[in-house]
Amino acid sequence: MEMRDLYQQVILDHNRSPRNFREIENADHMARGDNPLCGDKIKVYVKLNGDIIEDISFNGSGCAISQSSASLMTTAVKGKSIPEAEALFHKFHEMVTAGDDRPASRKELGKLAAFAGVREFPARVKCANLAWHTLHAALREQAEPVSTE
Amino acid sequence: MTERNSTIGKSTIGRIRQDFPILHQKVRGKPLAYLDNAATSQKPKQVIEALSRYYGVENSNIHRGVYYLSEQATAAYEAARVKAQRFLNAGSPSEVIFVRGTTEAINLVASSYGRLLLEPGDEVVISGMEHHSNIVPWQMLCESVGAKLCVAPIDDSGSLIVSEYEKLLGPRTKAVALVHVSNSLGTINDVKYLVGLAKKKSAVVLIDGAQAAPHMPIDVQDIGCDFYTISGHKMYGPTGIGVLYGRLELLEAMPPYQGGGEMIRSVTFEKTIYAPPPAKFEAGTPHIAGAIGMGVAIDYLQQLGWDFVHEREELLLRYALERLETVPGIRIIGSATSRASVVSFTLDGIHAHDIGTIVDQEGVAIRTGHHCTQPVMDFFGVPATARASFAFYNTAEEVDILVNALMEAREVFGR
Repeated sequence: MEMRDLYQQVILDHNRSPRNFREIENADHMARGDNPLCGDKIKVYVKLNGDIIEDISFNGSGCAISQSSASLMTTAVKGKSIPEAEALFHKFHEMVTAGDDRPASRKELGKLAAFAGVREFPARVKCANLAWHTLHAALREQAEPVSTE
Repeated sequence: MTERNSTIGKSTIGRIRQDFPILHQKVRGKPLAYLDNAATSQKPKQVIEALSRYYGVENSNIHRGVYYLSEQATAAYEAARVKAQRFLNAGSPSEVIFVRGTTEAINLVASSYGRLLLEPGDEVVISGMEHHSNIVPWQMLCESVGAKLCVAPIDDSGSLIVSEYEKLLGPRTKAVALVHVSNSLGTINDVKYLVGLAKKKSAVVLIDGAQAAPHMPIDVQDIGCDFYTISGHKMYGPTGIGVLYGRLELLEAMPPYQGGGEMIRSVTFEKTIYAPPPAKFEAGTPHIAGAIGMGVAIDYLQQLGWDFVHEREELLLRYALERLETVPGIRIIGSATSRASVVSFTLDGIHAHDIGTIVDQEGVAIRTGHHCTQPVMDFFGVPATARASFAFYNTAEEVDILVNALMEAREVFGR
């Protein structure tokens, strides 16, 4: 495994300049996510219009994988319905854990497919998943911070 | 470096490395460079063979058996206690309690002695560089009795601000708990002096020596502390075994930590009379093999000698600092004048976790994260650091491999 297969350009780019990195002041939903082992901490904010994610943002700190995953997630789910976002989470989760590599899945995941290399690094899977778990919790109005542990 | 400037030759290091079978393997296709010794040290074959021999031909339960094997195992277990007593220069083997490790030792003291000692409004003093294991048990104790936890601050070099520590010591200070050597910064505290200050206020003092034991001789009587804790696995022994040293007078006054077999003199349904220390604090079948293995690790360290360990680790530390400082964007966290062979650092624009993954591809094992010292990370304003920690068996070449791997990380990140 080459390091550049894990740290693909799109990942490095989103790490360096994260998209939607801000707070939404009048957010409908917000949740915190912690990865206590490595100290990653993020907050995900969601503004809904019906069941459409009209706006989504995040802030916090963490490794390149967790930060870029949060950034790419916000770009991927903005404008999607809640069930569509949850379905995407499911696909993403499958890819980084089980290694669902089918071309059809890759196509659906779009840029998120950049995280396929993460499955070779079991210790880093939760970095990639943190933002998604946090979004999931935000949509369910979970009061307690999500933890990857 | 280094070998050139040292009285210790390469062939000596090569021979010593032969004692550590784990070092001679490839990981991810590269020779292993194990630089995570502060998390756990590797084990010499003498320790591994002692464990294997114990389970192979000596295993039996100790203390109550009247047959040959049990007598042998009991003798070996108690001989390990005497080795630990000498290692710490404790006054008597009764002051040496086998526990699972430093964490359990501190919990034992906080639960047993802490509850005996503390009243609402009393104070417990710790330092800003403590490991979570020397914070949380005291926090739990303070919460349960209504006492106050006071934290002596550290400065930008990662050293304790002694004047501030002294100010915290007052008439309500009942207990002081300090780390001897910081696991995340490498800072070596002048524990004898710090204990002396606490003793002026008649406080009971515990020293967490988990990170000191692999690096330097320890003399609990000279330090003057009431409790001292060490972990076997950080000093080339097995995991799951450690020692709590306690002054006999205190151990005798303390209630047991856990009840069960082994810790009693007599039991009826109405009343149990406890055994004297150390048995009072060793309920249940202990980690017999672990204690024996820890004893062998102590023998091993003593055969090497502290002069050798110190010279070797000092060379590795100086060389590592010199080489790491050449890496652009590096920030070394902690610069205490007196420090052990531990170097914590960050790289500009690259999170510690990413550093860890990238250097792992080059066979380098370092720790990344908060090292169970979140308050230290908060103090330095970093979410995490990468930490390289050296043992006498490490080499200058391994430092070079680490430095090259960090350059590679910079390249991957386009820095």
